[in-house]
Amino acid sequence: MNRSLTFTKRNIRRTPMQAIAASMVMFLTFLALLIFILVAAGSQASLKYFESKPQVIAFFKEGTTDADVSAIENALSQESRVTKTKFVSKEEALKIYREKNKNDPALLELVTASILPASLEISTKDPKDLQPIAEILKKEPAVSEVIVPEDVVQTLTSVTSIIRIVGSMIVGFLMIFATLVVVMIIGFKIRLKRNEIEIMRLLGASPAFIRNPFLLEGIFYGVAGAFSAWAVTYLLLWYFTPFLQGYLGEVKLLPVNPLFMLAILICALLAACIIGGLGSFSAVRRYLKI
Amino acid sequence: MILFESVSKKFGSTIALDDVSLEIKQGEFVFIVGPSGAGKSTLLRILTREIVPSSGRVKVGEMDLTKIKDKNVPHLRRKIGVVFQDFKLLDDRTVFEQVALTLEVLGKTDEEIGKQVEHILKLVEIWGRRNLFPRQLSGGEAQRTAIARAVVGKPDILLADEPTGDLDLKTAWGVIQLLNEINSWGTTIVMATHNQEIVNTLKRRVIVLKRGKIASDSKVGKYTIH
Repeated sequence: MNRSLTFTKRNIRRTPMQAIAASMVMFLTFLALLIFILVAAGSQASLKYFESKPQVIAFFKEGTTDADVSAIENALSQESRVTKTKFVSKEEALKIYREKNKNDPALLELVTASILPASLEISTKDPKDLQPIAEILKKEPAVSEVIVPEDVVQTLTSVTSIIRIVGSMIVGFLMIFATLVVVMIIGFKIRLKRNEIEIMRLLGASPAFIRNPFLLEGIFYGVAGAFSAWAVTYLLLWYFTPFLQGYLGEVKLLPVNPLFMLAILICALLAACIIGGLGSFSAVRRYLKI
Repeated sequence: MILFESVSKKFGSTIALDDVSLEIKQGEFVFIVGPSGAGKSTLLRILTREIVPSSGRVKVGEMDLTKIKDKNVPHLRRKIGVVFQDFKLLDDRTVFEQVALTLEVLGKTDEEIGKQVEHILKLVEIWGRRNLFPRQLSGGEAQRTAIARAVVGKPDILLADEPTGDLDLKTAWGVIQLLNEINSWGTTIVMATHNQEIVNTLKRRVIVLKRGKIASDSKVGKYTIH
């Protein structure tokens, strides 16, 4: 194996342009793959966040008593579709309002607890249960308005599914393309080295001795591309974290967990070994007649 | 050591070897001579198992080349060194690296490779040229490199296919003296050649091939072109 590694290093060193080209193609493939994974994971986490958030908000009329609220809460607790209810008093509503607008004193000046309505936030097991629950609440005399942020979930669900489909197609295409590039480059090298291969055969080299450096070379291109793509992605994510945090608001996805990035690196390296290995194996089978 | 029993080889309708039987003992120096297309190279290529005979039996030591499995071919080839008329040196490797390749194939350590390559390059008198590439070598130096590469692994047999074909007479004699010395170590040498002067001066066994058949086989042969 040591000798195979030495031969692989020598092969790469002596044709640096091909090595750079192959690694660049792998880099672009894995950059697309990693960006897709992060966007998909981000949208999935956002979706989960919105799904877990109180999805129906019922605002109470002025003068609603605690007994009215308890009656509604008790009725909802009988509903198997409801997972959680949370009462937000006028004072709590003001606190939330102040917290959200703490950087804008103008918005805080004229707002008092009395003008904010008390509300009840209701979570359901399934987003499709939102509307029936909302209908029940609308019939309650103490309820003035019911808000169903169902549209957000629906939009996010469709965006996530589009990201998955389009992303999978692009990444699938790039993976096939990268594999073919490895086949082409390793095939070209095999033809370029046909004299050396013939001499090695005559010297008594085993098929594995001749084949392994080519296989390792393909894997090297994959690993080099995947690692550099991961490093660039992590760097970009780190750089844009403050901006994205502001954009995502209360959806706490960032800063990304280093363990998650480590897991992604391991998966990317495994995929790189498979793509590089598969490409070089195909080239060896196609072009290397030992 | 080497045994051919009624060996024939056909390429389509062309008969390259026709019912050839011969035996070469260990340590012999044998010239295979004959006009172009007589079957000399075919005979050598059968010995390296690059081609398989159409009929007959070939043995090298205990190995039957007509029955040998593909996975055992590398073991056969490690017993046989090969030298070509066009040297077949690798353009992107130095003299040292060309010779080291044989030992790398044999799985030697870097330390062993260093010692053995130095020894053989000094023996063939090109140690001073060890860092040069093939394009920087003369024909004689290139052939000495090829011979060093072929024998550094201490093969039992050395096959030389027209090794002096591209060399001037003086350089050719230098190569022949080197082959003679290698033969004196006990290595069997089978050399295909056209060079009448070398064959007749060396007074070794000569097998003459004509149209794929053995025309003559004499212990102290003479090679006359008819």
